[in-house]
Amino acid sequence: MNQPVRVKTLKIDDRDVSGREDETILEVARQNGIFIPTLCHLDGLTSIGACRLCLVEVKGVSRLLPACVTRVEEGMEVYTQSERLQKYRRMTLELLFSERNHICSVCVVNGHCELQSLAQTLGMTHVGVPYRFPRLPVDASHERFVVDHNRCILCTRCVRVCDEIEGAHTWDVMGRGIDSRVITDLSEPWGDSETCTSCGKCVNVCPTGALFEKGKPVADRLKKRQFLPYLTMMREERR
Amino acid sequence: MTPEELKRLVSQGEAERPEPKHRICVCVAAACLSSNSDQVKQALENELAARGIAPECEVKGVGCMGLCSAGPLVAVEPDGVTYQHVTSTDAAEIVEHLGQQPIERLTCPTETPFFTKQYKIVLENSGIIDPEKIEDYIARDGYTALARVLEDMSPQEVIDEITRSGLRGRGGAGYPTGLKWSTVAKAGGTRKFVICNADEGDPGAFMDRSVLESDPHRVLEGMAIAAYAVGASQGYLYVRAEYPLAVKRLRTAIRQAERLGLLGNNICGTTFSFHVDIRLGAGAFVCGEETALIASIEGKRGQPRPRPPYPAEYGLWGYPTLINNVETFANVAPIIRNGGDWYASIGTEKSKGTKVFALAGAVKNTGLIEVPMGITLREIIFDIGGGIPGGRKFKAVQTGGPSGGCIPEQYMDMPVDYESLAVVGSIMGSGGMIVMDETSCMVDVAKFFMDFCMTESCGKCVPCRVGTAQMYGILQRITSGEATMSELALLEELCDMVKYTSLCGLGQTAPNPVLSTLQYFRDEYIAHIVEKRCPAGVCQMPVREGH
Amino acid sequence: MSTKRIATVWLDGCSGCHMSFLDMDERLIELFQQADLVYSPLVDLKEFPPDVDITLVEGAVSSEEDLHKILMVRERTRTLVAFGDCAVTGNVPSMRNPFGANAVLQRAYLENVTLYPQVPREVIPALCERVRPVHEVVKVDVFIPGCPPSAETIYLALSELLAGRMPDMAKLTRFGA
Ligand SMILES: Cc1cc2nc3c(=O)[nH]c(=O)nc-3n(C[C@H](O)[C@H](O)[C@H](O)COP(=O)(O)O)c2cc1C
Ligand code: SF4
Ligand code: SF4
Ligand code: SF4
Ligand code: SF4
Ligand code: FES
Repeated sequence: MNQPVRVKTLKIDDRDVSGREDETILEVARQNGIFIPTLCHLDGLTSIGACRLCLVEVKGVSRLLPACVTRVEEGMEVYTQSERLQKYRRMTLELLFSERNHICSVCVVNGHCELQSLAQTLGMTHVGVPYRFPRLPVDASHERFVVDHNRCILCTRCVRVCDEIEGAHTWDVMGRGIDSRVITDLSEPWGDSETCTSCGKCVNVCPTGALFEKGKPVADRLKKRQFLPYLTMMREERR
Repeated sequence: MTPEELKRLVSQGEAERPEPKHRICVCVAAACLSSNSDQVKQALENELAARGIAPECEVKGVGCMGLCSAGPLVAVEPDGVTYQHVTSTDAAEIVEHLGQQPIERLTCPTETPFFTKQYKIVLENSGIIDPEKIEDYIARDGYTALARVLEDMSPQEVIDEITRSGLRGRGGAGYPTGLKWSTVAKAGGTRKFVICNADEGDPGAFMDRSVLESDPHRVLEGMAIAAYAVGASQGYLYVRAEYPLAVKRLRTAIRQAERLGLLGNNICGTTFSFHVDIRLGAGAFVCGEETALIASIEGKRGQPRPRPPYPAEYGLWGYPTLINNVETFANVAPIIRNGGDWYASIGTEKSKGTKVFALAGAVKNTGLIEVPMGITLREIIFDIGGGIPGGRKFKAVQTGGPSGGCIPEQYMDMPVDYESLAVVGSIMGSGGMIVMDETSCMVDVAKFFMDFCMTESCGKCVPCRVGTAQMYGILQRITSGEATMSELALLEELCDMVKYTSLCGLGQTAPNPVLSTLQYFRDEYIAHIVEKRCPAGVCQMPVREGH
Repeated sequence: MSTKRIATVWLDGCSGCHMSFLDMDERLIELFQQADLVYSPLVDLKEFPPDVDITLVEGAVSSEEDLHKILMVRERTRTLVAFGDCAVTGNVPSMRNPFGANAVLQRAYLENVTLYPQVPREVIPALCERVRPVHEVVKVDVFIPGCPPSAETIYLALSELLAGRMPDMAKLTRFGA
């Protein structure tokens, strides 16, 4: 028997909104046209609260809460745009840009990159922390795809889509802290992967130029994500 | 089951043995073992055998006696004398002096504040019982609390007793234990788990290891009582793989308890069943964080996840899970035995009972101590610790490890409790306490802990993964005389950002050592940056022109 | 309104930003009715003058000469503008950083040379070990990302600055634009 769905009413940026009890602050905000930046979240994949861009303030709660994994509650008062949050978001982006080598002008996704466009949207015009310039490999062993670790922001969308949607679990994360890196299989060249089905889902969900398809001009490197909501819908059906 | 029945249970099968005339207790916990106490024990046994007095005199391995800096320690009963820095060549002399005048050269004074100012609850058996013998534990009222609970207390009564005691989690955050138990008890479902967190990853901390090595049954008893109270039938002990001795003694203890029906199915003949398994941690600091620990037990990558949902509601394999620290569980049996009110009479208004600290650094007596909450830092460092060696000046004490802070001289008379430590910018933490004198550079100390956090960050969230690396970079530049004042400002901004935006406690507290040293020792940072000088003479500074 | 003194300099960049600057075409005339161009690689002046109101800096700080120049420019400038991605982020010149300066010299003057391979010691200024964006070396007041920023972006930025306002650059341009 279906349980009755309960609806919660709350305020986001002083606007009265309502959402189902199983919806997150992010979902309800988006339904109401309120913008909250995100990077690790992607509709259709499990949310992990890792990038910290979607942090919001909730009245009466001392901690900042990630909107992508926080459920709405009755009477909640959410603030998404305070100066403090904007500053933290810009700093988060600055840390990401400083972490690896982002040379947008020569990047395969220049102009179609979520990291790049978020920087612009959030008013980040330069990186205030020193660039680290690590030396990182590019793996072009796969016949169709390339992984360029210089551009990876470790959002793990590739890991999740490959595991949760494609069911191949080719990707994973190796190492700790600043030395973390995404790997294919047991850190073998992607081209040698026994598990990869070459479906291209990881490439399409990657927000940056870390995963891309060989031999396409930059203008055609728009990533296609329309398939995800459909696949998730099918998955919900299955549940 | 009554206590008498318990004791009878133990002696079953064992022929009544007369109490030996002399008992020589040799510490076989890790610190003394590392200075060859096992050889001392062997030499003493050989000596007794050679003299043919083995039956009436006995050599016994016991757990930590506390004053690790004076190890190997040997206590002689009933003579009431403790010997320090014992080597195997002293064996003959010790045996000769049994029941005689103690050997002056080796005597460890026990009337000193190091021993008299301590208050032992968690460590009450440490250094007295043989950790590999359940009989020893039971002889000192072990498992009577469990028997009592199963005999005549309802789960709710157990929780009420714990709540009344005011016990708070000893794993760092100080969350009220009674409240946590009652949350898990209320959580629905028939499957629940109890986990003991023995990951102990703070550099320099060894409280939990010592408890497990010296008195493992105490932790098992606490877990079993908790399992009864919350309605769990399976428990896990998550122990660092770097603690092989603790793991070995726990395995022995679990086996012994199961044999006596104190763990396993139908404990003490009741319907209550509780099984405990050991899981080894791979030594990542972050695996001590509860959600990462659970992921690790599930066989996944040991990474924290956002809370809520908390483990009490959604824990191991999605079931309600109680997770407590070793020392928290170690307090449970005495609370049940003596009552919550007794426990609540020790300590301060909001911090009850005792706390075990691993006292280290620039103090005369280093080792494991247990003190009542509310004792002052001065008493710990100058009375128990015996002050700073070499006539040097005290500078600061670091509590809480990489999540804590450095407390300067002016707060020496502050009581040690959760709230007071937080007010001065540190935390109780799990019990590491490092004393520093004037030869320590506070920027260098901050750098050390930041290096630790950077290396131990799991890498999941951006602020901690990249922020700790950036902060470490700035600290490195400060300590090598390359930084500018604007980098110091950037460091402070990063501290603020990482503290408030990180996903788990590791990142959220990683800036604390920097923040507290900046609060009390800002002049040292400035000296490094502006004058290119390390006041303590620790950091390698560039040679200045004209010098 | 007093005439503002504007300068442009060029560190390690490809001159693309300066080309884009020239692309302002007739609007250059409009801008320079309110300002004087007191120094620029585009005009024939030897010495960077003191007391400059606005200096646009193209390029990253890559060599000892760049370093020397930017310190001097900063001292003589009220509003320093990091002009283009190389100045703002290090951009293409910084791609040598993961490998170090020596690797670049090896590659350019030894490995890929067939006749008399030799690393020059004169004429070419010594390379810094690390290429840095301008703000890692001196304080920067305004950042104009873009590779290169469009003529429109430069025009709007300069108009705002000449009017005594701080332009909101994120609205106009981005990295790699
Ligand atoms: C990075 C990190 C490391 C931790 N390490 C430990 C540990 O080694 N032992 C421990 O008992 N708790 C540790 N904790 C705290 C646990 O998450 C948890 O709060 C604790 O085990 C709860 O037990 P308690 O209520 O008895 O304190 C750690 C927390 C964090 C954030
Ligand atoms: S991945 Fe995005 S941000 Fe990084 S270099 Fe490419 S375009 Fe720029
Ligand atoms: S192409 Fe498909 S199967 Fe291969 S790694 Fe990407 S998502 Fe996984
Ligand atoms: S490769 Fe792309 S999708 Fe995968 S973690 Fe890196 S940035 Fe994210
Ligand atoms: S704060 Fe650090 S340890 Fe915790 S989840 Fe984030 S990266 Fe991992
Ligand atoms: S989108 Fe919520 S933390 Fe990344």
